[in-house]
Amino acid sequence: MRETDPVDGVLLPAGEAGGVPIRLLLFAGLRERRGTGEEWLLVRPGTTPRALYAQLFPDRGEGRIPVLFAVDQQWTDGAAPLREGQELALIPPLGGG
Amino acid sequence: MLRLVDGPIDVRELERAVAHPGAGAVLCFQGTTRDSFEGKGVLHLEYEAFAPMALAELERIAAEARARFPGSRLAVAHRVGRVEVGEASVVIAVSAPHRDEAYQASRFAIDALKARVPIWKKEWYADGSQWKANAESRGGDG
Repeated sequence: MRETDPVDGVLLPAGEAGGVPIRLLLFAGLRERRGTGEEWLLVRPGTTPRALYAQLFPDRGEGRIPVLFAVDQQWTDGAAPLREGQELALIPPLGGG
Repeated sequence: MLRLVDGPIDVRELERAVAHPGAGAVLCFQGTTRDSFEGKGVLHLEYEAFAPMALAELERIAAEARARFPGSRLAVAHRVGRVEVGEASVVIAVSAPHRDEAYQASRFAIDALKARVPIWKKEWYADGSQWKANAESRGGDG
């Protein structure tokens, strides 16, 4: 995958060799937009959380939602490639309290 | 005591959890559900949490509060699921040797919660619903 082109070709078709299985967790508006809160995805080696987010949630003209990333329940800046079996949570702006 | 609760919060239980003989003050903050947003009627709220990370972040906040305000104790309960207007969505009980630390610790805890704990709120109106972000929420750069 090209580092400079995060949107292109992040997801692999099921069964294609060389994919990295990861578990994706979505919440609130992101969960509703995608229609599921939890799924397994096969991504290309080298895919970062930032790239995956851009691929799954392209800007539809209303501006990007500024998400936070958590990998295996640890906050991260989303710049490191995902590894096999990791859990990625996309965290939209918080509303607790 | 840190918990996510699908149902009314037992305020007395949180107060008992922080009360101890060394405390000179026990303070209880309740964040309650308002019936309007910018003039629009709110019917009820709905909260969603990433439970394991929410509890871990609350634990970090409690540890930071203990470090900042020695002798303080903190208990937090936050609702998940549907919350009716007028009900408490969050309760923070604090005890401290003196009232000043108790007020400060309580303020620190609610501000940190709103900024850092992965919980989301949806407001329901007569004509729809909307996820509402806190002004204090940590910003992402994704």
